[in-house]
Amino acid sequence: MDSLQQRSSTVQEPPGAVPAHRPTPPPAWQPRTDPTPLLPDTEPLRVLGTDAVADADPALLLRLYAELIRGRRYNTQATALTKQGRLAVYPSTHGQEACEIAAALALEERDWLFPSYRDTLAAVARGLDPVQALTLLRGDWHTGYDPHEHRIAPLSTPLATQLPHAVGLAHAARLKGDDVVALAMVGDGGTSEGDFHEALNFAAVWQAPVVFLVQNNGFAISVPLAKQTAAPSLAHKAVGYGMPGRLVDGNDAIAVHQVLTEAVARARRGGGPTLVEAITYRIDAHTNADDATRYRAAGEVETWRAHDPILILERELTERGLLDEDGRRAAAEAAETMAAELRERMNAEPVLNPMDLFSHVYAEQTSQLREQAAQLRAELEAEGEA
Amino acid sequence: MAQALQRAMRDAMAEDPTVHVMGEDVGTLGGVFRVTDGLAKEFGEDRCTDTPLAEAGILGAAVGMAMYGLRPVVEMQFDAFAYPAFEQLLSHVAKMRNRTRGAMPMPIVIRVPYGGGIGGVEHHSDSSEAYYMATPGLHVVTPATVEDAYGLLRAAIASDDPVVFLEPKRLYWSKSDWSPAAVEPIGKAVVRRRGTGATLITYGPSVPVCLEAAEAAQAEGWDLEVVDLRSLVPFDDETVCASVRRTGRAVVVHESTGFGGPGAEIAARVTERCFHHLEAPVLRVAGFDIPYPPPMLERHHLPGVDRVLDAVARLQWEAGS
Repeated sequence: MDSLQQRSSTVQEPPGAVPAHRPTPPPAWQPRTDPTPLLPDTEPLRVLGTDAVADADPALLLRLYAELIRGRRYNTQATALTKQGRLAVYPSTHGQEACEIAAALALEERDWLFPSYRDTLAAVARGLDPVQALTLLRGDWHTGYDPHEHRIAPLSTPLATQLPHAVGLAHAARLKGDDVVALAMVGDGGTSEGDFHEALNFAAVWQAPVVFLVQNNGFAISVPLAKQTAAPSLAHKAVGYGMPGRLVDGNDAIAVHQVLTEAVARARRGGGPTLVEAITYRIDAHTNADDATRYRAAGEVETWRAHDPILILERELTERGLLDEDGRRAAAEAAETMAAELRERMNAEPVLNPMDLFSHVYAEQTSQLREQAAQLRAELEAEGEA
Repeated sequence: MAQALQRAMRDAMAEDPTVHVMGEDVGTLGGVFRVTDGLAKEFGEDRCTDTPLAEAGILGAAVGMAMYGLRPVVEMQFDAFAYPAFEQLLSHVAKMRNRTRGAMPMPIVIRVPYGGGIGGVEHHSDSSEAYYMATPGLHVVTPATVEDAYGLLRAAIASDDPVVFLEPKRLYWSKSDWSPAAVEPIGKAVVRRRGTGATLITYGPSVPVCLEAAEAAQAEGWDLEVVDLRSLVPFDDETVCASVRRTGRAVVVHESTGFGGPGAEIAARVTERCFHHLEAPVLRVAGFDIPYPPPMLERHHLPGVDRVLDAVARLQWEAGS
């Protein structure tokens, strides 16, 4: 250090003398965007239990309550179906129902949802047939519905790869002059994937009408958030792309609905994308095939049970006199009816046509596929004769 | 050839407002090979878009655009730069029609300048066709002539399925008196040269090599037929096998690596279908099984006329004649 200073002092020029060969300095550096408004608040937004809840529409609160009860029942029913072998696997959203449902309900009918494999509840809340939502997990086909019918993209199993699709669709809609917004859902683990980064960057550069919702449930299978990212929060990542980041209590249904509604409205009026991080917790294991006791303590789970999305909403509604025993019973009965119907329909064996294997690979079968289809048909006929 | 490709995109964009060209440098610059030159000026930046530099993002966004009814034509700039987009290509582009039982077709063209012979540095000369061929749901097409560059690209853009469109970059500067002809459907091979003694089965940048080899072979008394596949997927068994049945001998020629390469598939198909017509085993002349070499050594790697003629000589002419 000393020698460096000495050396530099030897070439020091007298003040004021600017040699002719010195290059013109570049223009002064300016930040392209003021980052301050993009930064998330230090605390996740909470509405339940605060005075702000008085501004919430009671009808919306009751609707959210009924949907959460239904969603919880859906989770327990689907988990039971895995135990009976009716589903190959089910990634439960027990504890995350508020993020799933309140987010989906923030969309208009013309908007699009881009779910990950865990987001069946969001799809069902958007009106998808509960059985069609489980087709992928039952194993009779990869996607059980026509995505255009409900404007729900196929449930994406690869992580974060559906996010660039949401950007492209929203961009295309805007090019066509349609005021369509895309909501793209991803988990905390998915934010480490390259496609997450590329999607956010594209969305911000194109000012595409997209809302990214990260459901931070604490774990990517077994890996905790601390081993996933060193960012102050996942919402902070937004700043680097030039879009606002928002933090919300993911178990507070009305807060999630409020933040998502604002982000959707912003996108719709041409304000560009938003990244929302909803802080929540996965009460169940990653899937029924996972043993969560290997990587997390029972005490932690119990702490989150006390902050259950249904519990805190129910308490609020009861205290405000919006919900009584009859109301609770009605919601529970409606959920039970849904579960009974789901059970019954899932117990029926799906009707499969093996020739479907060749039907949707290309618009027109190649000669190679025609040969293979003929081979399978012959095998099926031989089986029929046996 | 570069101009024919550009003309194909321009004509398609003029006819169909849903056709969008996108990629890194395709707009103002007109692409590093100038294949998209002038499209942004003529159709606007919304139709010919300079994207951020991110291949997965480019192709992923194209998936969403296709979901909304557009027909994206995506440029991957160089063969080895397409690899970051493989997950989008394999997991979504190739499978979306299948996953959704036909409800969501993916009419996307992925233009990949591929292959060597232009003195490119590392990662600029790969022949990645075997990866694409091994992925059900993709069409894989590669022109060898200026006319085909136009016709096949028009067909690719018109296709309701995703097409990996491999552009042999060392043929970009090849010239021909041509005019835009009728668009042929994807999946037809063509006999470029008639012959009776053996069939050279080839495609893309190796087609001119094989034609030159066939001319040179005449001096040896070998009359070679040259089949240009044009489409690797779907594969035209009919044209290939008809030729091999006529000649009784076959050599597959490509510059991609041989082990697990396209020639392995082609040789197996020909053997399965034409075994009783064959006078000799089906041979392969391919690039060596090495990472693409540095430019000063690439001439040793690329199958040239001599290597093709050596293979033809190994077809045991005495035994068969």
